[in-house]
Order: sequence, then C-alpha cells, then structure tokens
Amino acid sequence: MKTYLSFLIIFLSFSHFFAQNELENNESITKKLPSVKLKDYKGKVLNTAELGLKGPIIFSFWATWCAPCKKELNAIHDLYTDWQAETGVTLVAVSIDDEKTKSQVPIYVDGKGWEYLILLDPNGDFKRAMGVNNVPHTFLVDTDGTIVYSHNNYAPGDEEKLYEEIKKLSLK
Amino acid sequence: MKYFFFAVCLFPLFLFSQATISGNIESTFQYLKNDSVIGATQPAEEGLFNSYMNVFYTQGKFKAGMRVESYLPRIQGYPNRFDGTGIGMRYVGYANDIVDVTLGTFYEQFGSGLALRAYEDRALGYDNLLDGMRLIVRPKSGVVLKGVYAYQRLSFQQGKLIYGDGIVRGVDGEINLNEAVKKLEDFPLTMVFGTSFVSKFQVDDDPSLILPKNVGAYGARAKFRYKNVTLDGEYIIKEQDPSNDNSKIYNYGHATVINLSYTKKGLGILLSGKSVDNMSYRSDRTKDLQDVLINYLPSLNKTHTYNLVSTLYPYVTQLLGEVAFQADVLYTFKKGTKMGGKYGTSINVNYSTTYRPIMHTSGINLDDSTGVTYKSRPFDKSDSLYWRDINVNLTKKINKNLSFIFSYFNIQINNDIAKISNDASGLISSHIGVIETAYRINKTNSIRTELQGMFVEKENGLIKDKGNWATILVEYSISPSYFFSFMNQYNYGNPIESKRIHYPIITCGYIKDATRFTVSYGRQRAGLFCVGGVCRFVPANNGLTFSFTQSF
Repeated sequence: MKTYLSFLIIFLSFSHFFAQNELENNESITKKLPSVKLKDYKGKVLNTAELGLKGPIIFSFWATWCAPCKKELNAIHDLYTDWQAETGVTLVAVSIDDEKTKSQVPIYVDGKGWEYLILLDPNGDFKRAMGVNNVPHTFLVDTDGTIVYSHNNYAPGDEEKLYEEIKKLSLK
Repeated sequence: MKYFFFAVCLFPLFLFSQATISGNIESTFQYLKNDSVIGATQPAEEGLFNSYMNVFYTQGKFKAGMRVESYLPRIQGYPNRFDGTGIGMRYVGYANDIVDVTLGTFYEQFGSGLALRAYEDRALGYDNLLDGMRLIVRPKSGVVLKGVYAYQRLSFQQGKLIYGDGIVRGVDGEINLNEAVKKLEDFPLTMVFGTSFVSKFQVDDDPSLILPKNVGAYGARAKFRYKNVTLDGEYIIKEQDPSNDNSKIYNYGHATVINLSYTKKGLGILLSGKSVDNMSYRSDRTKDLQDVLINYLPSLNKTHTYNLVSTLYPYVTQLLGEVAFQADVLYTFKKGTKMGGKYGTSINVNYSTTYRPIMHTSGINLDDSTGVTYKSRPFDKSDSLYWRDINVNLTKKINKNLSFIFSYFNIQINNDIAKISNDASGLISSHIGVIETAYRINKTNSIRTELQGMFVEKENGLIKDKGNWATILVEYSISPSYFFSFMNQYNYGNPIESKRIHYPIITCGYIKDATRFTVSYGRQRAGLFCVGGVCRFVPANNGLTFSFTQSF
C-alpha cells in the first residue's frame, strides 16, 4: 500500500512539474474533455471526447429528479435555436439518472420537446471523470476539447452568463 | 525504491505527450447541538468533518486515479464505522480502441444492474466499489465484453479500506446488432442483446447448515426500438443463497424489469413493470442494510424533490419480494394554443404501485431437506398493497418573468412492510399539494417560493401518524454567484401538542464557476434536499453545516 502511494505521489508530482511548464508556455492550465463511452437513449455508444460536433459544446449534467437542472435546461430550450444560429453551439445534456429513473429520461426530454443531444451516465462514470460533485453542473468546451468555463449551480440569469462565455469563444 | 526507478524511467515520456489532471474535492463541516424535541443529539466531538478528493490522471492511453477520504469523524448520516484519513480508491489502467483494462478499484454496472452494480453515492456515504481487475474488450463495433474479478468495499476504518468476506467474479456481453452487422445498419428496428453471469465465493463457516460457497446470478436482456416505440427488459435468476436477509432459505431468486415507451416531440408515455423475489445478493451473506450488495434493485417510482413529498414517506424496494408497476405521461400543450398560452404548458401524470408477490406453499414440505419454503413466479402478485403514488403536475409560464408549477400527490405506504414511522401501523395515506412560484425581478435577481401542505387521512376519526404538515420556502438568488434561502416545515397537525414542531433553516451560498460554498443553520429533516440549485441527501440534525466543493 505504501509503495503504491509513493508511486502515485511521484507520478503526480512529475505531472505537476509539467503542468507548470505548460503554464509558462501557454499561459494557462488546460483541462481536456475526458474520453468516456456512454449511450444515447437509442442505445448507440458515443465517446464523449469524439462526438464529432463542429462548434463549441455545452455539457450540462442533470437528472429527472433535479428541479434546478430542469429549470436551467428549459430556460436554455427557449433560447437554443438562436444560440445555435449565432454561435454553432451544441448542448449535450448528460443525465445522471440511474436505473430507478433512467427510463423517465426520454419521456421528459421528448415530452418537453428538447432538441439536445442526450447522453445517459447511469453509473456516474462521466460524472466522476468530469469532477462533478452535484448537479446541475454545466461545462463549456471549445472546439479543441478544452474546458473553458464551468458553473456548479443554476439561478435564473445564469444562462446569460453562459451565453457570454460562448460568444467569447466564437469571437476567437 | 523500484517504483521510484520505474517513475524515473517514465519521466521522458511526459515531455512529449499531453497529460490531463482532473478531479474534485468536497468538504463538509457540521457543528451540531442537542435538540431533544427532534431527537438530535450532540456528538461528543461537537464538530464533525468529512472530506474527500478525487484525482484522475490521463496521458494518452494510460490512466490512473485515486481518492483520499477523511472522516474526523464522519458527518451524520454516514455509516458510523467510517473513520480516519486514507486512500479509499486507487487504480491504474490502460485503454485503447479495443481493450480497456483497470487494476485496482473500479465501478461497474452490467445491464440494468439486477445482477451487478458497483457504484458510489458520496452524499449518502454509499460506496460498494470493486477492488481487483476489470477488462473491457470491444472486438468490433457494437460488441462489448466485460470481465470483473474483485473484492468489494464494505467499510473504511482507520483510514483503510475494509472488504467484504466474499470474492465477486462476473462476465457480461452485449451486442448492438445494427452496429455489429453491416446489413442491419439502416434497418428501422434497433436491436441490442446482452447477457451476464456473476458468481460470488464465500467460505461456509456455518456449523449446522451446508451453505453454497459459490452462488451464481445470471440472465439476459434485450432492447428494441422501432420508430417512436422502445421496449426493453432484463431477467435475472439467482442461485440458492441462504443468508441473513432471507432467513437462510434455499429458494432460487428471480428479478424482472420491463419498460415500454412511446415518445414524440411534446409527448412521452412510459409503462414499466418490475418483479423481484428473494434477490438480496451480497458478497457477505451475513450483512444487511446497504452493505456489500452486488446487485441493484431500486424501487419503481418517481424520485420526488419537494421536501414533504420526498422525506416523509419514501419507499424502498423489498429485497425479499415485490411486484411493481409504473405509468408516466408528459404532454406539452403547444405555444399559441388555448391551453399552451404564449410559452407552452406541460402536464405530467405519474402512477406507481407495488404489491406483495404470491408465495405458493402448496406441495411444499417445510420439513424436508431441500430448504425451499415456497414457489414464486414473475409478476404473480397478491392484493396486499405496499405502495401507491398518484401525482400530477402542471408547469405554466405566465410571462417572461413569472411562472408557476402546481402539483398534487397522493401517497399510500404500507408501514407494516416498508417501515417509515414508529407512530402508525398499516396503510398511511397522504395528500400533498404544492404551489411553486418563480419570479424574475430583473436580469440577475430572482425569487422563488414553495408552499406545501400535507394532509394525512384520518383512521376511525383519529389522526394518523404525525398528522398534517406545512412547508414554506423562500429563495432569493443573484445570478451567477449568490443565493439565500429560508425554509420552515411545520408539523401543525401532530396529535401530540408538544410535537407540533417547526423546522426552520437558513441557507446561504456563494458560487464562482466550479467553486461552491454553502452555510446553513437550523433544523433539518432527513431526505433529498434541494436548495439554491443543487439537490443532495441530508440526514436529520440541528446546527451549523458548512460545505465546500471544487471541481478542477
């Protein structure tokens, strides 16, 4: 156990060293989108790091039992057509519903008429890889797969802050 | 020392490929007081402190990760045996397009989890991870094969992982025919098939019985999708597994889930059925509660979020047996119609019900040596009700700044079976109404209120259980960084006057990107608790709670 630990510490300290180097070179530490294989609700397996989408991507972690998550996604739903036309953004709504409520996901999504790409993360693999503590947690990813913004809450108006961040990306 | 050498050898690799580190931390501090009214007691330490931090490292095809956990001591609601600081999860792994191998700890789910599911829920202190080896192979597109071989996490004591007695082995295969077979690529019917086999081994140390040392659980699943209709299901059989849960009977167990859904834009319909018999499956047959469960059997009903609905009469699956059904419909009236108004109106109706299964005893000799005590078939239900929930909710946006959600719930729970209260027996039936209002004052400021009333049906003219309740919640938020909320639950209808208690609580939060601080002070009932935009499970207490979360 002890050797295991020291191995990891050495490992991580090296990577830290290079993260610092990177900082000097690129002036920022980047967090890349992790690669996790998830299903959409039609049963097709997709790799989160290779979704093949053109513009920036919003990853929004939600659940059918999370009222603020649904408020956020319903608020964006009203604006989504404009957002897409103006910035080419795609929203990927990652449901963390497990087997108890997973079957209600397509009912809610289609019942509300959402046009997002829906991914199912019933065992929390992508949630864990993205460092999500609780939902809603929304990430903005640029076309290089770098996470440029994230927000762990929803209050009315937060979607406007998110949109400002998306516009910053499309100006680059 | 050899590891150090190994690491030095790897050193040049880092120069040329990009590494990613991600993870998260959560810390919760509680200062708790005595509160004899709600039965909360101050722990000897007065303060409680939980933390954990995940760190995930990936570089090309290599991955490693760990979680350091700390319980000094654990906060309320966590298993009380958790203590110390140490590593609760660690793994190394390698993944390319064909293989994905993990050595160390991992989480995994086969199919719908009826045979195997290792997962975590940190807010609850639940973690049944597997520690050993996992191999996932994707030999061709649409085909996934998995194998696991591991011990299971039981506890975390003195900063160390404690394992269950038994070892868990399993294989699972799944094929998506439309992806795997070229000819079926554009076939309108989507077909996915899967099968699992899981086995656990535990030493037989019982002096009086011959216990099966190796116990298997196996079955198959399928999913079909044609246009707007989806049908999926899974069936799992468990071999003879005499345990403390089932009073050491030698029956086989079985579990079935079936979902049928129809969806199109603006409409979703779901019909579900679930049947469970003798399906508690643990890597240690002597354990109970949530300990070392290998499989996952959630109850078949909606997870409610309003606090009176979610916390007072929640239902948990009866592992020994139940038959359950659910129907869920969501319809959105289009914008511009009479019902839809300017913004569209959504209505959701949900119905779930659970019964005791029939256990046939004719032809069974309880004195013979088989140890089989009854016969049971999937979906063979009696009229004995365990649970029923009928709920309706209507979401209506009046204008750009004002919206309402109206909800009604009728919940019936059999308190003799799914014990939730010590103050009643038999069926408890409650009616709950909720009016939620959201008003946006300006671009960044908004206010949200909830008025909730719970009315418990009387029995022979007498107040049942704790009687009626009311809850008020007011939440003020300033986007994107601040929120303040006040909530009070009041048990105004309690038959005992001294127990007509208020549960007031104030919560404030500050959020900056992926950083979040919250402070709350007051009384809390146990349950799923949503404040300021986030939901989590919180146990009952009285005092100050400070929490910090960060993702990176």
